[in-house]
Amino acid sequence: MARYQSVRDIKAWLILLLVVLMALPATVLAQQGADARREAFQSMPGTQPSFWEDAMQGVSGRTQSNSPGADTLIMVEGERWREIRNQWISPGGAIALGGSLLAITLFYLLVGKVKLEHPRTGRKVERWSRWDRTIHWFVASLFIILAITGLSILYAKWFLMPILPTSVWAAWMTAAKNIHNYLGPLFGLGVLAMIIKWLKHNFFNMVDLKWFLKGGGLVGKGHPSAGYLNGGEKVWFWMIVFVGLTVVISGLVLDFPNFGQTRETMQLFLIIHAGSSLLLMAAAFGHIYIGTLGTEGAFEGMKTGYVDESWAKQHHDLWYDAVKNKTKS
Amino acid sequence: MARMKFLCDSERCIECNGCVTACKNANETEWGIQRRRVVTLDDGEIGKEVSISVACMHCSDAPCMAVCPTDCFYPTEDGLILHNKDACIGCGYCLYACPFGAPQFPKQGAFGARGKMDKCTFCAGGPEEDPVLEEQKYGANRLREGKLPLCAEMCSTKALLAGDAAEVADIFRERVVYRGHRNSAWSSVEHEAAESEQLAKNAADLAYDATQSV
Repeated sequence: MARYQSVRDIKAWLILLLVVLMALPATVLAQQGADARREAFQSMPGTQPSFWEDAMQGVSGRTQSNSPGADTLIMVEGERWREIRNQWISPGGAIALGGSLLAITLFYLLVGKVKLEHPRTGRKVERWSRWDRTIHWFVASLFIILAITGLSILYAKWFLMPILPTSVWAAWMTAAKNIHNYLGPLFGLGVLAMIIKWLKHNFFNMVDLKWFLKGGGLVGKGHPSAGYLNGGEKVWFWMIVFVGLTVVISGLVLDFPNFGQTRETMQLFLIIHAGSSLLLMAAAFGHIYIGTLGTEGAFEGMKTGYVDESWAKQHHDLWYDAVKNKTKS
Repeated sequence: MARMKFLCDSERCIECNGCVTACKNANETEWGIQRRRVVTLDDGEIGKEVSISVACMHCSDAPCMAVCPTDCFYPTEDGLILHNKDACIGCGYCLYACPFGAPQFPKQGAFGARGKMDKCTFCAGGPEEDPVLEEQKYGANRLREGKLPLCAEMCSTKALLAGDAAEVADIFRERVVYRGHRNSAWSSVEHEAAESEQLAKNAADLAYDATQSV
């Protein structure tokens, strides 16, 4: 009997063992299933910090949209462009223009107009041909229009918008943009013509070096010698060449957005365009001052084409001598 | 005051472009204008592909507004960034500043001259008194009717959420808690095994958060 008893015990134990062994995989599997699902959730790409770090760096993917740059989830350059434009270009340009005006005003008040040293002789010398004057005033008037419209686009929202009714404001800004866009290329042609026409007068020589050393007549006694164009005029010419052409070329890139330029290209050229044109405007204030209020007898040269003999002798003595010899012989 | 936000749950977006279609249908946008788009990153790479629906995110510090030469953008009481098409000159600066490529321009003039900018309005219309004109210019004003943007309403997997930021965040938080959060979903910090106690505490905090209404 005891023997049977132990056999029964063993049977019971075996059954228990079987039940336990059968139950064990089920719980393990269930546990594994939950872990696997959780693992899957937690390892999906969108939950990985690295994925969002990449997205914030501006990765590109695929999209059905045909807009330029639509395949980029986050364009990171925009924020930098905004900062450069709003924190540097805008205030920097205002400081440059304001500073230029202030310097000119101070110069006018302290030094005053450069007067003719000798009374007018009444004899006229031709300085600017009809062609010269046409090109000059073509470029000059376009420059002023482009400056006013361009400055409107950069600054007018700070001072014009609060005082105008929305409809007038909108009409002015639309006009400003269209005028700026359509006249820009014409300005470019004018600048090119100007450069070609006047290039031959504008190579620097030793006379210009002496002119610069005497500060164009401000340092030391007596007016420094100058040929047809003095050192200052040549500097202005080369500013037109380098800064002016930069303005023109960057403007053309912005003006014709139909060649598939990316947003990043446009940002770069907007900064170049704004920066260089503000620089050119600040310098143009000086040019305008010297050509009008600053120098007695200078404006009539570009207005009529002729300057007075005593003006020519005072400001461009070498050129005056050359013209005199030419007419004698 | 509500602050309206979109949120796209990248775990749920299946790149069906239903939101894009719904948007175009609700707002009857011009030819070539697509206010919303779906971007798929690592397209076709198994286990890495992620799709996200993007439109105007109605930024708190909106770059478009900061660079607009005519200042035609304005924030609404609901924290939306809307714009006045009458003042828009089509210069494209908003497009250059926007991180999300939201501003769209119809090609109307010669030499690629842009028309008036168009972008997602959160289905909240625009500054126009006359509702007919408003719909023509800016599309649907569903918010006025007490409805949410159609893109989110139509989303078949409810990946795209729209509405009050707090509520949207609550819904998403609940999902994150359900999924579990190794490294807390957004964190870039690698946790050590020893920090599991802290992780459990974070989980409990988040689970509690998810039960709160705000």
